[in-house]
Amino acid sequence: MSAFASHYTYWITALLMAAGLYTMIASGNLVKKLIGLSIFQTSVYLLYIAPGKLIGGTAPIVSEAFKVYSNPLPHVLILTAIVVGIATLALGLAIVVRVREAYGSIEEDEIVAADAGRGEGT
Amino acid sequence: MVVPLAAAPVIVLLRHAALGWLLACAASLFAFGASLALAAEVARVGAISYAMGNWPPPWGIEYRIDALSSFVLVLVSAIGALVAPYAWRSVAAELPREQHYLYHAEYCLCLAGLLGMAATGDAFNLFVFMEVASLAMYVLIALGRDRRALLASYQYLILGTIGATFYVIGVGLLYLVTGTLNIADMAQRLPEARGARPVLAALAFITVGISLKLALFPLHLWLPNAYAYAPSAATAFMAATATKVSVYVLLRYYFSVFGPGLVVESLPVPGILIGLSAIAIVSASLVALWQADFKRMLAYSSVAQIGYITLGIGLATADGLTAAVAHLFNHGITKGALFLLVGGIALRAGGTGFERLRGLARAMPLTSLGITLAGLSLIGVPGTAGFVSKWYLVLGAIQARAWWLAALVVLTSLIAVAYVWRFVEAAYLSEPAPGAAPAAEAPASMLALSWVLVAACLWFGFDTSFTVEGARRAALLMLGGAP
Repeated sequence: MSAFASHYTYWITALLMAAGLYTMIASGNLVKKLIGLSIFQTSVYLLYIAPGKLIGGTAPIVSEAFKVYSNPLPHVLILTAIVVGIATLALGLAIVVRVREAYGSIEEDEIVAADAGRGEGT
Repeated sequence: MVVPLAAAPVIVLLRHAALGWLLACAASLFAFGASLALAAEVARVGAISYAMGNWPPPWGIEYRIDALSSFVLVLVSAIGALVAPYAWRSVAAELPREQHYLYHAEYCLCLAGLLGMAATGDAFNLFVFMEVASLAMYVLIALGRDRRALLASYQYLILGTIGATFYVIGVGLLYLVTGTLNIADMAQRLPEARGARPVLAALAFITVGISLKLALFPLHLWLPNAYAYAPSAATAFMAATATKVSVYVLLRYYFSVFGPGLVVESLPVPGILIGLSAIAIVSASLVALWQADFKRMLAYSSVAQIGYITLGIGLATADGLTAAVAHLFNHGITKGALFLLVGGIALRAGGTGFERLRGLARAMPLTSLGITLAGLSLIGVPGTAGFVSKWYLVLGAIQARAWWLAALVVLTSLIAVAYVWRFVEAAYLSEPAPGAAPAAEAPASMLALSWVLVAACLWFGFDTSFTVEGARRAALLMLGGAP
């Protein structure tokens, strides 16, 4: 039980990861897929950040007063990853907007149906 | 590498098609020159390391060029240097004028990202470059004229991001185990943690993530649509470089980080890779046979060719790896040549469906001849680049006593004969469709640049010193353990 409780962040991470992936696969709505993608990426942020934290740790300030400090590197990495995630999400949404302009729908099955009538080769 | 990266925002600010194009050309030519110089330097003195911002590795981000990465750098920047000038006519025909500068900017970003992936020695930095390149690629695909390009780009965005995120998860697990992000440093510390479950999980995550990016068989679904609907110049660039750089990343992780000891000897990775590659080669070749669109057919053939490369990796012998690395290069130039020539057809004939190719050889003799020659290289006819790497692949398979694999490579080459024949039949032996608009030869600039690559296919078929020796050096380096 204690192993379960002390590693609860990992359980949350795994849960978020699975939820995000499932949303991406199961949902036919392009925006909902992007939401799933976002949840999936967020779980990774948690995976990085959680182990960097020490209970009672402070920011890594070089001083006699502080002995225990948290690892700052994962935070920096995830800051980068968040930026990448935002860029991906923004581009994804922009594409969805254009898909809607071109097809008049953001439901995957309707779009596929709209293309089916046009034949394969162009 | 920095030059294309810096060029991209400048192009956006200029908002001018011609200036942007000139700058893109200059940047990619410079990158090509720089990577040739780097390759020569690496061949002379061995691995070069450059500490970004003067922070010594393993704390700072290290750029590390060895035999393998310099090889990949030369391929990527060479294709880049050819596609950038080519893009002028091709993009002019396919995109509205106000989008030109955006195309050139994205192209520069993509080039910078791919070069960065090959050059960096830092696992997380690699992820960032991967995303720079991928995001630029999504935009390049979405610029395609057909509205299905949007959907293809969206699919690729979803799958590509899943792949990249899987890769980050793997890197995160490795970081938790080793406490370092430097690839060389990681390789040194990993043996201490051999067999630990996070390491195995990391291996699995990285394998799946990168396999998505390089379109290994069950994860290839994004590729045909993306290649078929993207602008021609973008397709040529992506097909020749993007998946190849992902292969490089896979090689780097398997042989530099995890080490052949873990990947090859104690896990069933080679078996899985060989099995998937075999399925990829057979199924994608067969699917390619039935495509109604020439560009789409080439895209499926890419999936099959990637199968040959991963097959070489799966063999994990010196010959197998030599074949994989050499095929990476040879297939890069072959597919680059084919897609560049197809770009010319798309421009003149108005499309790349097989019905439009009928009787094409009369109107566009040079283009047709180029496609036929590059097609021969795709098949692996002696005297072309494709033959050299397939020869080593067969050798590697025979040495590993995998007779059925050797037979498979030869048999699937026959399928390639069949699908290349479809082009020859349409272009040379069919009468032009009645009422079809008379097509002229492709613009000289596009044709000349495409022919450079066709010539390269032939040249590297006879003179194998650069490809095979470069590949062999890289292969021995990988099998020799950490760089």
